[in-house]
Amino acid sequence: MKNIDSFTHVRGESLYVDDLMLRQDVLFGLCFDSPKAHGKIKSVDYSKAEALKGVIKIFTYKDILGENQIGGIIQDEPLWAEDEVHFWGQPIAFIVAETEAIAKKARALITIDIEELPVITTAKEAKEKGSFINAPRSFKLGDSAKTFADCEYVFEGETFSNGQEHLYLETQGCYAVPQENGSIKLTSSTQGPTAVQKTAARVLGVPMHKIEVDVIRLGGGFGGKEDQATPWAVMAAVAVQYLNRPVKFMLNRHDDLRMTGKRHPYSSFYKIGLTKDLKIKAFEVEFLQNSGAAADLSPAIAERTLFHACNSYFIPNVSTTVYSCKTNLPPNTAFRGFGGPQGMFVIESAISAVADKIGIDRRQIQEENLLAENDEFSYGQIATQVEAKNTWFSAKEKFQFEKLEDEVFAFNQENKRFTKGISLMPITFGISFTNTQMNHARALIHIYLDGSVGVSTGAVEMGQGVNTKMLQVAQSVLGVSANRVKIETTNTTRVANTSPSAASSTADLNGKAVEMACKSLIDRLRKVAAKMLSSEEKNISFQEDFVYLDAEKTALSWEELITQAMAQRVALSENAHYATPIIHFDKTKEKGHPFAYHVYGTAITTVTVDCLRGTYEIDAVKMVHDFGKSMNYAVDMGQIEGGLAQGIGWMTMEEIAYGKDGRLLSNALSTYKIPDIFSAPKTVETIPLETEGSEWAIKKSKATGEPPLMYGIGTYFAIQKAVKAFNPNYKLKFHAPFTPEKVLMGLYEK
Amino acid sequence: MIDFILNNQIIKTSAGAGITLLDFIRDFQQLKGTKIGCREGDCGACTVLVGELVDNSVAYQSITCCISPLGNANGKHIVTVEGINLPKELNTVQKAMVDNFATQCGFCTPGFVVSMTGFALENKINTTCNDAISGNICRCTGYKSIEKAGFEIEEKLQQRDNNHQIDWLIKEGFIPNYFETIAERLKQLKTQHSEIESSNRVKVANGTDLYVRHADKLADENVELLADKKELKGILFSEGVCTLGANTTVTEIANSTELQALFLKLKKFMKLISSEPIRNMGTLGGNFVNASPIGDMSIFFLALNSTLTIQKEDGTERHIPFQEFHQKYKVFDLQEDEILKSLSFKVLDANESFNFEKVSKRTHLDIASVNSAGRLSVKNNIVTDAHFAVGGAAEIPKYLHKTSEFLVGKALNAETVKKAEAVLQSEISPISDVRGASEYKRLLARQLFYAHFIELFPSEIELNKLIGQ
Repeated sequence: MKNIDSFTHVRGESLYVDDLMLRQDVLFGLCFDSPKAHGKIKSVDYSKAEALKGVIKIFTYKDILGENQIGGIIQDEPLWAEDEVHFWGQPIAFIVAETEAIAKKARALITIDIEELPVITTAKEAKEKGSFINAPRSFKLGDSAKTFADCEYVFEGETFSNGQEHLYLETQGCYAVPQENGSIKLTSSTQGPTAVQKTAARVLGVPMHKIEVDVIRLGGGFGGKEDQATPWAVMAAVAVQYLNRPVKFMLNRHDDLRMTGKRHPYSSFYKIGLTKDLKIKAFEVEFLQNSGAAADLSPAIAERTLFHACNSYFIPNVSTTVYSCKTNLPPNTAFRGFGGPQGMFVIESAISAVADKIGIDRRQIQEENLLAENDEFSYGQIATQVEAKNTWFSAKEKFQFEKLEDEVFAFNQENKRFTKGISLMPITFGISFTNTQMNHARALIHIYLDGSVGVSTGAVEMGQGVNTKMLQVAQSVLGVSANRVKIETTNTTRVANTSPSAASSTADLNGKAVEMACKSLIDRLRKVAAKMLSSEEKNISFQEDFVYLDAEKTALSWEELITQAMAQRVALSENAHYATPIIHFDKTKEKGHPFAYHVYGTAITTVTVDCLRGTYEIDAVKMVHDFGKSMNYAVDMGQIEGGLAQGIGWMTMEEIAYGKDGRLLSNALSTYKIPDIFSAPKTVETIPLETEGSEWAIKKSKATGEPPLMYGIGTYFAIQKAVKAFNPNYKLKFHAPFTPEKVLMGLYEK
Repeated sequence: MIDFILNNQIIKTSAGAGITLLDFIRDFQQLKGTKIGCREGDCGACTVLVGELVDNSVAYQSITCCISPLGNANGKHIVTVEGINLPKELNTVQKAMVDNFATQCGFCTPGFVVSMTGFALENKINTTCNDAISGNICRCTGYKSIEKAGFEIEEKLQQRDNNHQIDWLIKEGFIPNYFETIAERLKQLKTQHSEIESSNRVKVANGTDLYVRHADKLADENVELLADKKELKGILFSEGVCTLGANTTVTEIANSTELQALFLKLKKFMKLISSEPIRNMGTLGGNFVNASPIGDMSIFFLALNSTLTIQKEDGTERHIPFQEFHQKYKVFDLQEDEILKSLSFKVLDANESFNFEKVSKRTHLDIASVNSAGRLSVKNNIVTDAHFAVGGAAEIPKYLHKTSEFLVGKALNAETVKKAEAVLQSEISPISDVRGASEYKRLLARQLFYAHFIELFPSEIELNKLIGQ
């Protein structure tokens, strides 16, 4: 099935927050933020701004009737700074004016006096100074310290992976409209409608039922709108509460880049031990996560780093620790992979470093240590339905890896102007929110009088195609044609208390709820139909808008059946609640079974480096990916290709830069580059590995949101190989992204 | 008054000429298909087409309307995504996008669809659909699906009837019927439209630089729009000299058959400069007065040893070597009452060759870390004339006087190039910034200098000889 939104997308008719028809009395908001990364606010002078014609009011923390607190996991983040600022871009006030242009002029008139305090921008420095978000977490399996003594090869090293800007094409924003009796409707571009509702209620000091959050769709999210869509909606809500007029607040790109958090940069220190036959016996890592100035989702992201620290490899003795380091950057946040990619980059780097020192190819170590059935993950879960080796060897065979490798070798023998590199990158990614209690969802289905169907869930459509999948589920269970089913906006008054659309789990959780609700409706309708056809319920089924009896089409249409059901006063609406069974995790022991299942795959990446200019092209990425039983290959392929591109961007050109003073230097699209059409790999090929799938995946169709991003990590190591092929003196460095600058410096390193 | 056709509708507006076309489209006309992604021409979400009457037909090209002043729409046909929608069904481009699952979140999609429809309308030879969407950024798809949609479109266009292009495109469902009326309507519009009144104004050509930084300010200002000034346009060859009007766009340079004959790799060079919609707007003069030390066109024409013609308001002209134009960081030789009129350079003779190099973090639609160009005359293996320039390595676009001088009279070989490179290093002073550390820029300046010789004299100069391997 085609993406159900694509018709309006290509015609420019799809609606986003910025496109909504506005009430005539609408006002516009703009945030005034800190021009320093750390300091005490001595004074702020709003008088000139307030005096500007068209400025309605400038809101500060003093105008908050509830709590000035937006922290989710830890209560450490004010909506508007009070007497201290902790990052450059931290919101201090909210200007509401008749037009956006006036608000901008007003902002330029505000003066602030800040007594500066020392600024920390790196995780390493934060650790040295003991600046942390919370207590460190550690996972342990076996006894790594003892095992190193038995290892033939023991190596230690350091890695760094930089942050990544989400660069959703649609910036953050919200349109807030007053309703009756102090209620407010927020149309927000958020992945977490409930988070917006809950936080708005808290800041405004009103019950949650006063706040309605509606989400039509997002122009991209990627994690950046899981937690960080909230403050902007809440600011608008505070203004509406006070002014009783609608307020629209869309961040412009520069403000969005400056004020919002990104993927966490990580500095990591590892120690790895291998036996003579290349078995990794022991692995230790200390991860320093650069969390930024407040917790946001950092603790959960840190946890997922630990979950994925061994990637697709079984290592019997593991000791990993992660520190969430508090710095003076904007609070870093969720980004596709959620700490997993940062963890995987370290083990892949460690393997490369060891291979280089032993003088073998990294793939030999990778291949020796792939996860097998019943291996234990460092967090206690026993691996089942493991496809790590299957995808690895399938990729090697189907894409003729040895031939590719020979070609690369031969090319490098003959060429000096250009060199090639090739790498293998396996992935193993756990599916579920690692916070067990978030793994639930609800669906509300209405069958209307005419037989058309409305489906509401907690799932937010942000391009991943979840609406298409929800429609597929409803349509297939109800046995009706697709055009009968409409997927409604995501709205907190229809489906409440939702988990955000995140963790690759949205289709699984919400899809299961849709399935359950539709099955209940079908059970009821089956009774009606059985009676009408003078048969038994077990003989009745529904297909293509008709009732089937003993698998034979009858004359009884879906519409007629619904008319009859109404006449018999049968309930045609249903609400279902789904919570993933089997998962659990004990944080006191750091052991459990946190994931419903894992997704596996292997990518082969080849690159060509221009050794004169230090630039590179990605020739091909070829993947064997474990889809389970995909319910929509084309949509899932879109996730693979899009995730891959983001992973490649993270590993190659996307370079976040902060000054020592904590100011974002890569503060515009002219200085922060994401892949364009020419930087995409020339060839992208995906062979689906059809596996049994998991019964916890919707229709056994495994989640595809986050896992493919990590295929991009292979690019780093392919480039590294090509650099080394040109310059044998190049000392391997593990400092992502591998920009053309680092490539050229590496090519000519002495 | 500004008169133009927006999709199928005649617009007569008294809105300020300096507001962006984007704001006019979205806020004044409530056409919300054109999206706001960055407001600096770097994402393509706001791409629209501009159709201009050339002879008797309408020539279309894409622009990013976030950095385009409304006034520049005067007398033109502006096409947004709504303007290419067919009443009930999808147009050919849209269908290809849907069929290939080339849209995910959908926010960038209208921009892609408009650029691709522009590709169909432009009827350019030797360009690909990928080139047409070089200014469109997508964060969801990874582009392969969009590329596939593009291949489908390219294939369809193979059968195009060039004699009745608009009719053919209408028949094949690329564009709606009303397009056939546009040429005639523009002719009528042209006769009606009057010059925009302006006094005490900020001079704006196509705005690609000014609007990135000053769109808010310019919305309130009286802008003097230079784009339609005919005397600033045109590429002229006369007596061995090529003269380009200051308003010549990068696209016009790239498409000039005379210049293509002069520089065989011209298209390749120009493809390194920004993206299709920006090339369609960005002017030579704009690039020179922006005075960025890394301006691509500055570097290109510095190495051609060009001369600038500057005109005073009273019509008098003066000529200066382009090398002397940029004086200090963002300081250049142009008075308040002067305007950059044109640039000229001596056409290359049979002994001369030219090369342009640029490296940036992202190869396309990016600002260079270092760029460089060189013009070299070689007779009997002796360098008889040399002009080299490098960007991103000094506070101005740097003409390499000493390096160029050093080369003259020397034998063309690796030893000479290496020695010249040492002189080059003494002439440059790169700083560390987001485009690279100073030591990287020094190394890159060396590499690009080498690249000129390797590209121009592949049999004489090889990389391994230069780097001593």
